[in-house]
Amino acid sequence: MTELRVEGLGKTFGTHQVLQHVDLTVASGSLMAILGPSGSGKTTLLRLLCGFERADQGSIRIGGRTVSSASMHVPPEQREIGYVPQEGGLFPHLSVADNIAFGLSRRLRKIHYRVAELLELVGLPASYANRPPQELSGGQQQRVALARALAPAPALILLDEPFSALDAALRIETRQAVACALEAAGATAVLVTHDQAEALSMGHQVAVLWHGQVAQVASPAELYRLPATPELARFVGEAVTLRGVARQGQVKCALGLLQLAQGMPEGPVQVLLRPEQLRLTPLSDLNSATGAQGRVRDVTYYGHDASVTLELLEGESGHPLLLNARVPGHMSPRPGDLLAVSVEGEVIAFTDSSVELGQTRG
Amino acid sequence: MADLATQANANTAALSAQTDRAAVARRGAPTGLLTAAGLVALLVLLPLGFTVLQGVEFGWANAVELLVRPLVGELLLNTLMIVGAATLASAVIGLGAAWFVERTLLPGHRVWGVLVVVPLAIPAFISSFAWVSLSLSLQDFGGAVLVIVSAYYPLVYLPVAAALRGMDPALEESARTLGCGPLRCFFRVILPQLRPALLGGMLLVALGVLSEFGAFTLLRFRTFTTEIYAEYRTSFDSSGASLLACVLIVLCLACLAAELKVRGGARYDRLDRGTRRAATRYPLGWARWPVLGAFSALIVATLGVPLGMIVYWLTQHAVAAVTPADVSIELLISATSSSIGLGLAGAIFTTILALPLGFLLARYPGRLPNFLERTIFIAQGIPGIVIALAIVSLAIRAVQPLYQTASLLVIAYSIMFLPLAMVSVRAALLQAQPRLEDTARALGLNWLQVVWRVMLPLAGPGLGAAAAMVFIAIVTELTTTLLLAPIGTQTLATQVWVDTSTLAFAAAAPYAGLLVLISLASTWLLMSLFGKSAVLGSSQRQV
Repeated sequence: MTELRVEGLGKTFGTHQVLQHVDLTVASGSLMAILGPSGSGKTTLLRLLCGFERADQGSIRIGGRTVSSASMHVPPEQREIGYVPQEGGLFPHLSVADNIAFGLSRRLRKIHYRVAELLELVGLPASYANRPPQELSGGQQQRVALARALAPAPALILLDEPFSALDAALRIETRQAVACALEAAGATAVLVTHDQAEALSMGHQVAVLWHGQVAQVASPAELYRLPATPELARFVGEAVTLRGVARQGQVKCALGLLQLAQGMPEGPVQVLLRPEQLRLTPLSDLNSATGAQGRVRDVTYYGHDASVTLELLEGESGHPLLLNARVPGHMSPRPGDLLAVSVEGEVIAFTDSSVELGQTRG
Repeated sequence: MADLATQANANTAALSAQTDRAAVARRGAPTGLLTAAGLVALLVLLPLGFTVLQGVEFGWANAVELLVRPLVGELLLNTLMIVGAATLASAVIGLGAAWFVERTLLPGHRVWGVLVVVPLAIPAFISSFAWVSLSLSLQDFGGAVLVIVSAYYPLVYLPVAAALRGMDPALEESARTLGCGPLRCFFRVILPQLRPALLGGMLLVALGVLSEFGAFTLLRFRTFTTEIYAEYRTSFDSSGASLLACVLIVLCLACLAAELKVRGGARYDRLDRGTRRAATRYPLGWARWPVLGAFSALIVATLGVPLGMIVYWLTQHAVAAVTPADVSIELLISATSSSIGLGLAGAIFTTILALPLGFLLARYPGRLPNFLERTIFIAQGIPGIVIALAIVSLAIRAVQPLYQTASLLVIAYSIMFLPLAMVSVRAALLQAQPRLEDTARALGLNWLQVVWRVMLPLAGPGLGAAAAMVFIAIVTELTTTLLLAPIGTQTLATQVWVDTSTLAFAAAAPYAGLLVLISLASTWLLMSLFGKSAVLGSSQRQV
């Protein structure tokens, strides 16, 4: 059983501390997505795991074997890992089959050991074996790169933003194929990405790296629903923030009295909810008296849904409060419409109130 | 010598060009343009065709009688041995130097990276002047290998270093995680990637050595080129020389064919498209001392000795020389001005000759322009002495008034260096894409304004680089100048040759010094104006 355990990992380039005190545990057979904005140190973390760089502090253990610590550094070729670089990194001078068999012993290379099986695993026809990699599309190259990484049956697979170079449609398809292949191989894997949709859709667990530190490790649903800080909330998805006062599991704010999630603070808070939690309905006798009302400023129409910028009429402080809502495409309103605004589900709250109110960001 | 550097680029450019070509709409090329390009290609092929024709005229029996001689056997052995030894040694030194400069934490790798290229600006006959003036005992095979390798190894270094720089580090990293240590990684991943660059560089060295004349004469090492010259000078009958030249041409073409065959149809096009990180450099540890020692020895041999000996002889009075010879200021000035004058005239004429085909290749790609381009590059494999000899004979037979004129010399230069200019001219004209021209027209410019405000600013630097490269090549050229210069016209190169031949080393030194100075200065100017890639003959250029 293999398991990745990272303890107190730190790395400094010159005077810049890129990683500090990173602790991570990836359970055997699971996929951990490491999500972070550019410059957060996620690529450095991956390079330390691979052994391309040497850590300054802390230790890395793969399947109980220490590969990096203060006193030792196992070179990449002895770590028994599989690495899928950005854009695949296939050897251009070798055929698909020779690429896949590259990490095997000379004898197994000759007989193209498990090549057909691995091609099938990553969802490519066996007839691709003799093709030069130049004839493959970007997504197919990524799949071959994964097959190549899986071939020597490594203890851990490391994927470095493997889908960032693909176009949108291909990205989703390749993501699914890679996830399936990793699942089928029962591999323990770490995926580094800056794309929150990728992290949420692929990871069994998501670790968010923020300024070189692990800000939160959680399941995708938990991370999206209960982010640890307002910054994280905004990083993993769009968010609406409002000022409010929390009491006994409820919070009073410009949108009325809302239900709080478990374990939220009391008193003056920042209320945070997702744009898709906002329900916009035409004004009627039923809701015109009680609920909040907003006038549509702007609509950005995407087809399957639409992003609506609303001006809330009952701003506490008197000046207009802007917020973003997401509505299904067929229900998109028109600028100038006056609508009733209500909230579905639970919202979360933070005591910190340094954040500018009313703004929403992706 | 730099002209040979284009060959490798032609090969790499051909791959990238295919995609450009598909993008350009297929239109018929203007007949005038096609005719002009065709005539230029014919001009380039003229010396080759003439030499082969003369060889054929000889008749089979006569040819066999002339070729099956102990002398020819000795020449063949000498030539093959020096080509083999110099090519292999250049490959090892060039590859090694490139790897240490590009992939290790060698102290001062940037400086070494420049120093190992500089010998390219020093022609081989200048190095051999320096070495011979140091010790006459170097006039043997060993000395020849030493001089030739020290002049030619940058032709391997440049493409290999460029390939190392252009390699995706992810390949090496992937190989490492798949269980390859640094050494196995080098042989299983890096070396295969370097194959086209390495073989291309080796081909350039082989062709260069086959064509080398000045260095071998001064080293008294007999090869086909020196013998062709001797035959021509002693008998003034070019037919015997032509036959030897035919053998030399066959050797050159065999080199071209061998490179094509060895490289085969393997594919090396890069797969990655995005921006790349710099590759990791390996720490050298204690090994940096022997490596630094080797680099120092290399620089002493390739730069220290040639430059040092020139300076040494400059400080000696002519009396102290082995054979005293006069150095007059007037002669120095006239030799310098004729070198520069011929260089400028040749550079301008060659660039103009390259324009029709360059434009054709950039705008109307197709089979015919491609074919014309290939023919020109085949002509590049033909040694200068063969071209010079053919032009002399042709001039005597057909265009008597041109014989012994500077114009004929300039035409000969153009034939020799057209391939060199062609690479840059084509790339320059590709910069001025038709859609930019269309945009300018749509913005209300007439064709003259388009040329002035769009084409020239875009293509100008590349055309300038082409002319500059041809200029350097002409100034450092010896063979053709020696055969074709009008009586009484001396250039820096011919003066060095004449004085060294008579062992008047101190007399040769000022000419050698000026020659190296002009060559280094214009190379430096070229590099700083157009970037390092211009000097590599826009090696590995990504259009």
